[in-house]
Amino acid sequence: MQLAPRTMLEKIWDEHEVIPESRDTPAVLYIDLHLIHEVTSPQAFTVLGARGLAVRRPDLTLATLDHSTPTQSAQIFGGAPIALESAAQQIRELERNCARFGVELLGLRSDQRGIVHVIGPELGATQPGKTIVCGDSHTSTHGALGALAFGIGSTEVGHVLATQSLLQRKPKSLAINVEHRLAPGVSAKDLILWIISRVGVAGGTGHVIEYRGAGVRALDMEERMTVCNMSIEAGARAGMIAPDETTYAYLSGRPRVPQGGAWERSLEIWRALPSDAGARFDREVEIDAAAVEPMITYGTNPGMVIPINGTIPERANDAAFDQALAYMGFEAGTKLKDKAVNVVFLGSCTNGRLSDLRAAAAVLRGRKIAPGVRMLVVPGSQAVKKAAEKEGLNAVFTDAGAEWRESGCSMCLGMNGDLVARGEYSLSTSNRNFEGRQGVGARTLLASPLTAAASALTGRVTDPREILRH
Amino acid sequence: MEPIRTLRSRTVVLPAANIDTDQIIPARFLRTTTRAGLGEHLFADWRYDANGAPRGDFILNGAAARDCRILVAGRNFGCGSSREHAPWALLDYGFRAVISTQIADIFRSNALKNGLLPVVVEAATATWLIEHPGAEVVIDLPSSTLTLPGGGAPVLFPLETFARYCLVNGIDELGFLIEREAQIAAFERRRARA
Repeated sequence: MQLAPRTMLEKIWDEHEVIPESRDTPAVLYIDLHLIHEVTSPQAFTVLGARGLAVRRPDLTLATLDHSTPTQSAQIFGGAPIALESAAQQIRELERNCARFGVELLGLRSDQRGIVHVIGPELGATQPGKTIVCGDSHTSTHGALGALAFGIGSTEVGHVLATQSLLQRKPKSLAINVEHRLAPGVSAKDLILWIISRVGVAGGTGHVIEYRGAGVRALDMEERMTVCNMSIEAGARAGMIAPDETTYAYLSGRPRVPQGGAWERSLEIWRALPSDAGARFDREVEIDAAAVEPMITYGTNPGMVIPINGTIPERANDAAFDQALAYMGFEAGTKLKDKAVNVVFLGSCTNGRLSDLRAAAAVLRGRKIAPGVRMLVVPGSQAVKKAAEKEGLNAVFTDAGAEWRESGCSMCLGMNGDLVARGEYSLSTSNRNFEGRQGVGARTLLASPLTAAASALTGRVTDPREILRH
Repeated sequence: MEPIRTLRSRTVVLPAANIDTDQIIPARFLRTTTRAGLGEHLFADWRYDANGAPRGDFILNGAAARDCRILVAGRNFGCGSSREHAPWALLDYGFRAVISTQIADIFRSNALKNGLLPVVVEAATATWLIEHPGAEVVIDLPSSTLTLPGGGAPVLFPLETFARYCLVNGIDELGFLIEREAQIAAFERRRARA
């Protein structure tokens, strides 16, 4: 019997249904990999402890420290106390919980520690066809390798710890078909910001996005992660990209992938994952990658975004729009280009990987950042840090006048004390420009690592193509 | 979880669209290992000034907001971070339901697991509610309806059968999953053989 054509989402979903959904009950969905961190797990472990439950599959659970973790070397390696006592308590709590429940922790001084969404792919723990969850909305990142990966709340973290399963309704599917290639100086970050500007910040609600087409196939693995990472900023809980030779080449030889004959068998299974020809998506959106320009946000959600040489739009009778511009200190009908920047943040699960640091370093090499600009470079993981140092990128950054830190989420959400001051403008490679995201009263402009580096040099919002031309 | 059947309350209105979970509870209040006491920090950056004093012009600081159990908000409420601290903070403050034309997926899931009702309504109903802050409305779970004052017909809102069953009976999903242990174990054995 010929099976009806299925999407990749349907294939992974079907493979993980412990109990299929019915009219009255959601499916029981099996989870292959559960990533945990210090901020959204403590309440879940408390529930387990109170109910006398064990972690059902510690072997499918991996913990690390990233969100409230300091990025100053002295506080990680130098014996200095962690400056924020509340952060130190969260870190100790995760260490205690992992020891008590037998969960592997890539701890404070581990050379495999890093942002949970950077280390999963890096270690090869993230693999095509897996269901992956984490108490963090940017879990969508892992979909870049052909996994179904989505963020969950702390109650659900408890469900997965106790049963390795979740109660879920099958989401709808949204195909984003990307044709043509990005132009020079335009990056994956610009592409996803462009997509969000088209789909809207709530456009993907209830859907899993599958990014498809020649424009996506042409992206390398780290670029694909940047795209999938911000699916949640379009409202979609997950984003995914079919695995291909780029994926297998990336994964090959990583420590946690199947080895030997098992690798060959896995490849066979993975090659059957891409959506079948004729598979039906609930919605489809067409994107022309060649039309994408360097993008930058001007407001307080990632959908408030324009090309870097564009003009802030005008909108009548929209109080939220007016409030966003007032918060940002911008006026409708004006350009963002050449606006002063106080802080530049290079890092996060969106743009904290080696290729992001290389792109920024290529712009900064042999140059100095503008006087008065503070630039913080925070590698996505300790492995990224080590690799960057091996190439001398740290020296490029510090010679330019930037700070070079240990890995973590850092200034993306400012939980660890890496903050932007009230009223200051931060040009940030992270994923959210919400009010107060990087500090109370801080004003965030989201852009690519290239734009961040170019703007650090001038102290103003700068089109990286102007610097790259010289 | 306490069973919930009906909720009658006046509303508080925050009309802005895209209210994200960073607004509901800023990240600096997430450096906690419990879920207690978050209501104090609900909407902290809108509610308090730079010195920590309540802003008189913010709706939740007004006398009218006290004892309101239902928050009416603009489209795409609860977008952004998956932090369950957002529904915990709303509940701790005293809210039991959020009404909007669209509620973000992860927030909705987190809300349901804690007995905070996500009520999604059509634009016309939302507009009426936004224009009538303080209106006393009734949410009835068994019928999944919202009744506005003035004797109009109740408005149906989408709520999946299982979520309603859990809320009305005060059942928590973890217990439901644990009861499926045999099937989960069988699934694992089946996959190990494959």
